[in-house]
Amino acid sequence: MKLTGKVWKYGDNVDTDAIIPARYLNMSLPEELAEHCMEDIDLSFVGSVQKGDIIVGGDNFGCGSSREHAPLAIKGAGISCVIANSFARIFYRNAINIGLPILECPEAVAETEKGDELTVDLTAGTITNARTNKTYHTSPLPEFVMKIVEAGGLVPYTRERLQAR
Amino acid sequence: MGHTLAEKIIGAHVVDKDGNPAPREVKPGDLVEAAVDVVLANDITAPISLREFDKLGVDGVFDTEKIVLVADHFAPNKDIKSAQQCLAMRQFARNKGVVNHFDVGQMGIEHVLLPEQGLVLPGDLIVGADSHTCTYGALGAFATGMGSTDIAVAMATGIVWLRVPQTMRFVYTGKLQPWVGGKDLILYTIGQIGVDGALYRAMEFTGPVVSQLSMAGRLTMSNMAIEAGGKAGLFPVDDTTRTYVDERAKRDYTVYEADADADYLEVIEIDVSEMEPQVAFPHLPENARPVSKAGDVKIDQSVIGSCTNGRLEDLRVAAQILKGKHVHPDVRCIILPGTQTVYLNALREGLIETFIEAGAAVSTPTCGPCLGGHMGILAEGERAVSTTNRNFVGRMGHPESEVYLAGPAVAAASAVTGYITAPQEVAK
Repeated sequence: MKLTGKVWKYGDNVDTDAIIPARYLNMSLPEELAEHCMEDIDLSFVGSVQKGDIIVGGDNFGCGSSREHAPLAIKGAGISCVIANSFARIFYRNAINIGLPILECPEAVAETEKGDELTVDLTAGTITNARTNKTYHTSPLPEFVMKIVEAGGLVPYTRERLQAR
Repeated sequence: MGHTLAEKIIGAHVVDKDGNPAPREVKPGDLVEAAVDVVLANDITAPISLREFDKLGVDGVFDTEKIVLVADHFAPNKDIKSAQQCLAMRQFARNKGVVNHFDVGQMGIEHVLLPEQGLVLPGDLIVGADSHTCTYGALGAFATGMGSTDIAVAMATGIVWLRVPQTMRFVYTGKLQPWVGGKDLILYTIGQIGVDGALYRAMEFTGPVVSQLSMAGRLTMSNMAIEAGGKAGLFPVDDTTRTYVDERAKRDYTVYEADADADYLEVIEIDVSEMEPQVAFPHLPENARPVSKAGDVKIDQSVIGSCTNGRLEDLRVAAQILKGKHVHPDVRCIILPGTQTVYLNALREGLIETFIEAGAAVSTPTCGPCLGGHMGILAEGERAVSTTNRNFVGRMGHPESEVYLAGPAVAAASAVTGYITAPQEVAK
């Protein structure tokens, strides 16, 4: 599965209040949340983001609250993938559970700039930067986590298992 | 090699692929499926859980007594959308027969409420759709926050998948200075290791200082484990824990202990003898500094409450400082007792009278201003000192506002002077 998109680059510790401020947590649909994604730290995001774009963050991306609204807002905005040096634990689970691809790759993060075009091959675990023509390899997801991804998220995965019992 | 407290509790809850109990020894890195004792959600995370629950094709919840639903974040309903969310949760609770549904009048801030009501106990494995679920580690439980979809599956099956974390052990030694409490210990600790210093790890809080700490102080420390990226923040069970729990528990519990030869990723010793009350500057909880180094920070609002510091002990500290004083005319001081019981006890002790005579506003329990929800939102350029847990950009309101995190003593002293102030300067 290949994803190609333009990069939105952010720094370390992008917290879930930055991704979707709590004042919007009286809503829960991805398309509603997407209208306010990143607005407190980047007012240009919502107006300019294109379907397929990729967010690149630094350390501890998605730290703070457990709100699943954060990956839902990102997915709803059309972002195809998030790449970071590291992810906060709950954000990582949430992204996997709702089917938002996320990859840890500090080498790619270090050499990527805002506006670069990246191509991500999820199956091969590679990230290619069109500007520099460099390709980076990411570590594969744990086998158990990959099963959830392949099932399309935690809910379809669980439903299949419950039906098999 | 022995096991840490986190490993012992997770190991005891492991299930096999059919969901039957299969306790075994586990080590860091193991991926396991485990049975949960309590599953929690609130009015902002439950709506997504309920939507996902409906897709699972199950009739009911796994256990009507092990699910806890609390309307606390935007309740009492702050607007129509919030009212709809509380309604959806209320209907789910009624339809599925969920026993522990706490609505306005009974509800409190979830992480003050659940320990107070004896719903979470030592040795439990607890998951909640709220990052501060780690609070219950103070009781010697393994408690961790998850997202709404994980919680939907836990509500249906009673089972979650977990990766067994490595454990960092913190040993607190020395003698605490006056006005230094659990909040200062945890802010200092996060200042030392950073907001991702315990990422994916369990934190175990030990040593002579914390064994002298009240349950309220311990709950405050465990509450903020997530602010260091921690998966859980656990305390060993001792007489203080037992006294607290035995007054409240309505079921049996199991006490687990870390082995003397447990394998810790790291052991960090912290001598508290010179530690001052701490203040974490915007916009990360790791920006902790001693209050004497705060400089001249003028404030517009002081918030005392939240799942971090909304317990009776916290209100007593605030009242000790505010007694006979008056809130500075340029400051709004907002005090939020964590639960109805905390409120009632504060009323009976005369604390509420002290607050109102001092010119503070006292609110019904709610998470409210902590996450910029309601009951004290900041305008552009305003600053608050707050006993809450996060000071991210825009956390309490306008993206150009600022939050300074502190304990109740500093927050109360600052409310009196109008700038960030050491408690001893006000409480002469």
